[in-house]
Amino acid sequence: MANRPTLLWLALLLAMPLCGAAAQIGDVSESSVAAQALRFFSFRDPAVRFAVAGSVLLGISCGLLGCFIVVRKMALVGDTLSHAVMPGVALGFLFSGVTASGLFDWEFSVDAITKNPALIFGGAVVAGVLGTLFVSLIRQNTKIKEDTALGLTLSSFFAVGICLLTMIQKLPTGNQSGIDKFMFGQAAAIGADDIRLMVVVTALIVAVVFVFYKELLVTSFDADFARSIALPSHWINHALMLLVAFAVVIALQAVGVVLVSAMLITPAAAAYLLTDRMHRMLMLAVGFGVASGVLGAFVSFLQPGIPTGPCMVLGASGVFGLAFFMGPRHGVLTRWWRQNSRSKRIQRENTLKSLFHVLENREATPEESVSLRELAERRCETLDMATAQVRELERHGFVTLHEEGNKILLTPPGWQQACTMVRNHRLWELYLTNAANIAPDHVHDDAEKIEHFLGDDMVRQLEKTMRHATRDPHGRAIPGLKDIHQPFPSDRNLGDLIGYGKPL
Amino acid sequence: MSKFIPEWDWQRVMIDPWTYDLASTFWIVLMGFLIAIACGFIGNYLILRRMALVGDAISHSVLPGIAIAFLLANSLNTLPMFIGALGAGIVTTILIELIHKKTRVKQDSAIGIVFSSLFAMGIILISLSQSGSVHIDSDCVLYGEIAFVSLDMVETELSPAALSVVKGIPLLNSSLFLQETTLMIAPPPVIRMAAVTAITLLLIRLFYKELLVTSFDPGLSASLGINATVMHYALMGVLSVIIVSAFEAVGAILVIAMLILPGATASLLAYRLPRMFTLTALHAALSSLLGMHLATWLDCSHAGAMVVAGAGLFVLAWVFSPSQGLLRRWLHPTLEDPETVPAG
Repeated sequence: MANRPTLLWLALLLAMPLCGAAAQIGDVSESSVAAQALRFFSFRDPAVRFAVAGSVLLGISCGLLGCFIVVRKMALVGDTLSHAVMPGVALGFLFSGVTASGLFDWEFSVDAITKNPALIFGGAVVAGVLGTLFVSLIRQNTKIKEDTALGLTLSSFFAVGICLLTMIQKLPTGNQSGIDKFMFGQAAAIGADDIRLMVVVTALIVAVVFVFYKELLVTSFDADFARSIALPSHWINHALMLLVAFAVVIALQAVGVVLVSAMLITPAAAAYLLTDRMHRMLMLAVGFGVASGVLGAFVSFLQPGIPTGPCMVLGASGVFGLAFFMGPRHGVLTRWWRQNSRSKRIQRENTLKSLFHVLENREATPEESVSLRELAERRCETLDMATAQVRELERHGFVTLHEEGNKILLTPPGWQQACTMVRNHRLWELYLTNAANIAPDHVHDDAEKIEHFLGDDMVRQLEKTMRHATRDPHGRAIPGLKDIHQPFPSDRNLGDLIGYGKPL
Repeated sequence: MSKFIPEWDWQRVMIDPWTYDLASTFWIVLMGFLIAIACGFIGNYLILRRMALVGDAISHSVLPGIAIAFLLANSLNTLPMFIGALGAGIVTTILIELIHKKTRVKQDSAIGIVFSSLFAMGIILISLSQSGSVHIDSDCVLYGEIAFVSLDMVETELSPAALSVVKGIPLLNSSLFLQETTLMIAPPPVIRMAAVTAITLLLIRLFYKELLVTSFDPGLSASLGINATVMHYALMGVLSVIIVSAFEAVGAILVIAMLILPGATASLLAYRLPRMFTLTALHAALSSLLGMHLATWLDCSHAGAMVVAGAGLFVLAWVFSPSQGLLRRWLHPTLEDPETVPAG
């Protein structure tokens, strides 16, 4: 195999001067990042103003609709729409060269071709609608599955678009069309006409989502219920698809055909991970969409040569990544940390319980010490493991260690915690045997699990239900509240304590 | 519209490619056929496993793999590209699994997020690497250009003995292959694609049973000792390699069409897998041929024309299918569910 760049790439470079042309904003001659940032955010350049306005508008519309798409699991329908509008864009562009001097007297002139946003929008929407129709026809009439239908519609329509695009590029005006910028987006190409169109469409989307919020909510989360209350869910679905087509088309110029679906899905998915309520999800998605849009425009401004589309998408993905790892409720790292601390807490409480049991079996007072060996034997584990657990307890102030860690003494908080655990355990066992009629030898495992999670209210209720019983099903005494909250008995007779150490 | 759509000229569109331009036409059609058949066969399994859009995702996300391989190796050599694509394919699959298994984000959103992020990263890498002597072109990454395939051929000098042998072989002794004493074998991309296609077909033949079981019944495959996860990742790996081989010629997005259209068309006309494979191969050949003529007529991108031809064949199959076609439904309307498989 030859070790030099193949003629293929070289020929491509020569033959297609348009390709690889950067999508850039403004003409920056300042050098420092701070100066450029100042220039960008002071909105001096009209190009910058339009770019930012465009990003904000597309952030709003894609963010709002993206939420419904994510929740309805229609992410790939959005992708299909964004690819299927391609031939529509090309045709809309071509249609601007048609002059109609009568109803049937049309004339097509190559020289009359301009970039007319309204025509391109209309063409794109028509193509998008046709695409979704095609998909549903295939689904209804053949046994081809949904993903296959989406994939073949997506690529076939895109292929038609590519054919048209390459044919347009051969036209004399093809070079100025700017139509190939629809691939990856060029926010700098957004002009006043485009902004006007975007404002109208975004306003429409916001209005529809606001007015029909309840209907959209019901059909998204419970389709059967929606049908049962005679909501026209079919029409709502079609209307949603139409709105998505609108949002896709207005975002095309900034983000490009290939990456529009990312602006629909990614901010909404990030919001999905951060909240459980739909209205909050909508607001978060809009926020993320706007932020990543403006950030993308800014990065493209700083670094000419990089198209805006990928920058916006990477910004949105960055936000998603943060939400994925650090999201307060569902973040992966957060969940891991929470599980870790929970299992450590359970471990501590089990060790304290074992200390209590050792003392109880010895019928000793709480001030007496437990040796490491006794603890290890009680818990059926090695001395090393017992040592580690005891050190952990010491760190939290539940025990103190003496004689090089061989003697363990419970501190008052440690004693309280141990008593609470044992109390929870035995109360639960009693409850299961009495109220649920479960055999006494079946209740231990369940109590082992739940003792760590019974709250104060629950325990008080249990005590009331059990009428303040003092014995568990195995005959051992249940420590009462007094045992827990009494000052650490140092001089009193332990026999006076309710529940503790009383013989059977 | 006359300036836009070129005139239909029998000579130019149908005859010339096979006589005057035979040298380039032959390689273009062959390349298209090889790509379509490799993609189509793998695509059959994607369709069966309902992973058509994972295929879409991988075809987008090989871009950063190629870009990184290109930046590290600083050449457009194929081996780094293959490795880069393979790595990217595996990374994509892993990331998709990670996102939708670890959080409540569903699989379709996960696919969309992963491939678009990776694709965006690839585009940025390519744009940043524009300085330097070797370039990758971003637009052309999207739809390739199959027509340039035949520009450069691998040649060998023949010894007199070999020369006399070759002169006796009918096709080989034409000016297409034999010039003076040099035997021109094929353009390098065609050789590469032929190798990839051959290996793919071989692998499918060797692992036919395993692929069959894991596609239709993962539970049964697990009980038979065939690891469905390994097969899944292996399939994704082979898919990545095929995609990057096809990249040069058809670009990222049209590869999806090559993957899905032949299999989808075949599924409308057959119910048994072997027959579906035969029909896939037929679809591949026809779409390559018809696409070439379409592109010659309209003077547009070859790959786009191939896909449009393939889509046309799909529509034909849809309308005229003996079991599921629209025509049949119109003539014999029954309440039959298209899901039921007729006997045999």
